Amino acid sequence: MTWNTPDDRKYAETDEWIILTGDSATLGLTDYAQDQLSDIVYVELPVSGETFEQGDIVATVESVKAAADVHMPMSGAVTEANSAIEDEPEKVNADPYGEAWFIKLTPADPAEIDSLMDADAYARHCAARDD
Amino acid sequence: MSALGSRLEPLVYDLSRPGRSGAPLPEPDVPHAELPSDLLREELGLPEITQLDAVRHFQRLSQLNHSIDTGFYPLGSCTMKYNPRINEDAARLPGFLHAHPLQEANTVQGSLALMYELQEWLKEIGGFAGVSLQPAAGAHGELTGILMMRAYHLARGDMARHKILIPDSAHGTNPASTTMSGLEVIELPSDGRGNVDVKALRAECGEDVVGLMITNPNTLGLFEEHIEEVVQLTRDCGGLIYGDGANMNALTGVIRPGDFGFDVMHYNLHKTFSTPHGGGGPGSGPVGVSERMADYLPSPIVAIIEEGDEKEPPLYGFAAPPKTIGRMKAFNGQFGVLVRAYAYIRIHGAAGLRANAEHAVLNANYLLSKVRAEYHLPFERACLHEFVVEGRWRGAPDVHALDVSKRLMDFGFHPPTNYFPLIVHEALMIEPTETESRETLDAFADALLQIAATARDNPEELRGAPHTTPVARMDEVRAARQLVLCCRPKFLSEPAQAPYT
Repeated sequence: MTWNTPDDRKYAETDEWIILTGDSATLGLTDYAQDQLSDIVYVELPVSGETFEQGDIVATVESVKAAADVHMPMSGAVTEANSAIEDEPEKVNADPYGEAWFIKLTPADPAEIDSLMDADAYARHCAARDD
Repeated sequence: MSALGSRLEPLVYDLSRPGRSGAPLPEPDVPHAELPSDLLREELGLPEITQLDAVRHFQRLSQLNHSIDTGFYPLGSCTMKYNPRINEDAARLPGFLHAHPLQEANTVQGSLALMYELQEWLKEIGGFAGVSLQPAAGAHGELTGILMMRAYHLARGDMARHKILIPDSAHGTNPASTTMSGLEVIELPSDGRGNVDVKALRAECGEDVVGLMITNPNTLGLFEEHIEEVVQLTRDCGGLIYGDGANMNALTGVIRPGDFGFDVMHYNLHKTFSTPHGGGGPGSGPVGVSERMADYLPSPIVAIIEEGDEKEPPLYGFAAPPKTIGRMKAFNGQFGVLVRAYAYIRIHGAAGLRANAEHAVLNANYLLSKVRAEYHLPFERACLHEFVVEGRWRGAPDVHALDVSKRLMDFGFHPPTNYFPLIVHEALMIEPTETESRETLDAFADALLQIAATARDNPEELRGAPHTTPVARMDEVRAARQLVLCCRPKFLSEPAQAPYT
């Protein structure tokens, strides 16, 4: 089994992706995560202005199989939450790397991005867990 | 009303006709008095229905259901064993059945004697110094235990502890109880054999640890191979040990959790000691505690107030442990469940309880040995009372554990627990219990093997299952995304809720 891992972004061990553009970053859940969870039925997002440390739980998703936490790959302040996925959680299954982004944030320490995996390393991380 | 409801069985409200009643009431033989008008509610719209219509309604509903009395129920982690009818006879003895929780203690000495003896037996079975019968079910026992552990540290002036360590294979109730107690959950990974990862535990042990919650055997049905080391590491940093007794059916009469060094453990009387649960009845989650925790037990516990002698039985009453965390439940626990568990323990005795645990383990291993050629076992070990296999095959990418479970219903079996524990892909968690015959286990194994073959040859048959049940496969995704209650009684006039936000 293989999962989509676009190489324009970085990945956390806990199955979040993040794209850094200037002072802002966008965070979402990976294809592997949505596939493992199966049909997602509920998403809970933070509100703008909340700040989190790297590794903190920033959102929660619930599928017909399980509930899972979404962690902050980098420390920072939330600037926008994608309420569209709260209304239509199925978007996380349909388009995890596009329309179904979770939050935008202002990273507190952009250098933290170096602690994350690139697409190849993350693809191997997924494959290793499938056995 | 939905199409489903009209086809199978209407709501009791739809059977209601004005003026009908279930039984004629005699004229009162006391002076007539009106209820205060502010206590009367017009809008309740209770159904008006004859006794016969009521009997048929509920009988038909019961026939749409699956129960222990109708078929095998291998729902992992739930210990769906047979509930002997003599337990029911005991619980219906008039002295127990009609006792009122507000009666004076001297008028319910029999009930208190039963509770006292049950406390003593649970102490002996678990190797504990004290027991409270109050908690209403397993998770309530967990909450009780965590609050006691917190109180223990606070009473010693140790204010810095706020973390509870919990393996990633734990029941979801463990982190929930911890969070409800205001403490922080630290998840511990499992090692390659399904045990707690001792290295990870060592790294988390410190002076901020309240304690560890551990289930043994764990939810994979595996005995913790390093239990002594796990307990010692936690104790060395000043932490307490909470045992989740959900899987006690594997150990009863064989090993005493108190001897591992557990400080608190809840029993699930409704699982281990055979009382109807799930859709059939309430739980009961007494906690047993070590010597150092006994003073913190919920209040009250049943105690001997005056010792008896050759002529007189002892006088039973209630007592408050000196540093009690207070009351955890109104009145005295789930008393009817306590009576059933008492009857079960008394009938089996020490040797019988041990034999039951051994048979539970034997049945699980027998079943595992019959199906493991076709179902991947993630941790290659003998199991205890239950086992977890994967419901997926390389040659059948579109078949999932859920499809296996749904197809099992066509064979007349209740599905196993699905998708738990979370650390196993497509988990099927199977607990046969000791009360099933070899013939039943063989039939279930045959069904599982047949389903594995169908997964490769005809996956569509599985994906469309069940085919023979009163209700076909539910659209679980839609049901979870659009929480609209369609079967609203007619008297509720507000419109149905919009999909939940």
